[in-house]
Amino acid sequence: MISHSVKTIFKKELKSYFATPLGYVFCVIFLFSIGYVTFESGKGSFFVLRQADLSSFFRYIPWLFLFLVPAVSMRLWAEERKSGTIELLLTLPVTVREAVLGKFLASWAFIGFNLLCTFPIVLTVLYLGDPDIFVILVGYLGAFLLGGAYLAIGCFFSALTKNQVISFICTVVFCYLLTMAGSPPILEFLSTFFHRYFLNLFESLSIINHFETMGRGVVRLGDLWFFAVIILAWLYGCEAILDEKKAS
Amino acid sequence: MIRVTELSKSFEEIKAVRSISFEVKQGEVLGFLGPNGAGKSTTMKMLTCFLAPTEGDATIFGKSILDEPIEVRKKIGYMPENAPLYDDLTVDEFLHYAAQLREIDKNKEMDAVENVLKICAIKEVQFQGIETLSKGYKRRVSMAQALIHDPEVLVLDEPTDGLDPNQKHDVRSLIKSLAKDKCIILSTHILEEVEAVCTRAIIISSGKKLFDGEPHELKEKSSLGRVDDVFRAITTGAKVEGVTL
Repeated sequence: MISHSVKTIFKKELKSYFATPLGYVFCVIFLFSIGYVTFESGKGSFFVLRQADLSSFFRYIPWLFLFLVPAVSMRLWAEERKSGTIELLLTLPVTVREAVLGKFLASWAFIGFNLLCTFPIVLTVLYLGDPDIFVILVGYLGAFLLGGAYLAIGCFFSALTKNQVISFICTVVFCYLLTMAGSPPILEFLSTFFHRYFLNLFESLSIINHFETMGRGVVRLGDLWFFAVIILAWLYGCEAILDEKKAS
Repeated sequence: MIRVTELSKSFEEIKAVRSISFEVKQGEVLGFLGPNGAGKSTTMKMLTCFLAPTEGDATIFGKSILDEPIEVRKKIGYMPENAPLYDDLTVDEFLHYAAQLREIDKNKEMDAVENVLKICAIKEVQFQGIETLSKGYKRRVSMAQALIHDPEVLVLDEPTDGLDPNQKHDVRSLIKSLAKDKCIILSTHILEEVEAVCTRAIIISSGKKLFDGEPHELKEKSSLGRVDDVFRAITTGAKVEGVTL
């Protein structure tokens, strides 16, 4: 199903993360931060809770991804448009959809690679106690899907502008809104204008609610659908934007 | 063979290309002339299916740019303006990448890359990062990318722009040597280039086609034999001494 072009673009993009400092800088910052916040000494931290699970790890993943994932996605299309290489890429026998998919999958795989690199935390927990491996695996799946959702949003904003900084900021703000959509302050604020029905709809868009159920080891079909729809819809938006604006 | 019929492109209010028609046969080198902003690049972008035309159509060896854009792109080698390239790759990686996206057979890929490295004289920078190359080399790498699948049609957007005289000479002889069995369209605003390499010239200005003929016809319009006088008379509509249109 995945075409030859998608695979070729995927390979080239994935390689480029490790050919430039970007990949290494990202990896180091991500691993250092996640290690620190998981084991830091505040309340609710790993050592205070004295539970051999990864709840403190998964609690911080959305907040780290909120800033780090847009840093990966911001260059995807903005750079191609700025340097003009988009003209080269899209005059090769490649469709916009293949190009979008290839780039997205490569950056998603890169996020996945970073998540895999957190394995020492899992080993630590396994050493200290007897955690439920299934819960951990579902949590990782949730984190991977969360990364994918943020990336898809980032792809869209990257296609929208030639400027990487604008792309980064828009992605952070939008991801933040989607993450916080179900939080009381935002819902309360919205309830002053909107009907209850709309509030429920808005709350169901909250990425963090869907992520948290997975962090507890619960796989609901609805959550999987949610992430699939988010990712596909934003990628489709990205494709439409590129079709429309690639030359401007 | 390329057949362009009444191709137009508007960007909101601005009409970049207005109903241009022409044909290019095999073995011809068509020079696309015009002042900056005349619509040369826009026309080329439409031919390579990067931009969709507002009106009209073009066919490349019978394939329409509207209906079969992917088939059209397979037949074309395109060198965009300013030769944009992926700076983080080496020349070798980049050409292999282009070859793979062109779906060249795995076992012919090596030969295809070697071949264009030789034709474009970039063998000595094969393993160098593209970022470190000089302008002349970058142009040639872009040219190599356009030639890698031995296309029937070559579209070159200002291929010699910004090169030194020796490099210009090299690129022109390369184009001439390729001309026999291909259709080539190149845009330029250097008039001597048209005389040197093109078998036909089209002058466009403000999106309209104003002249279509052989380069020597252009020269004959001026009693002083000055092509740039003729160019100025055609594109600006001003009276120029010694030119009869």
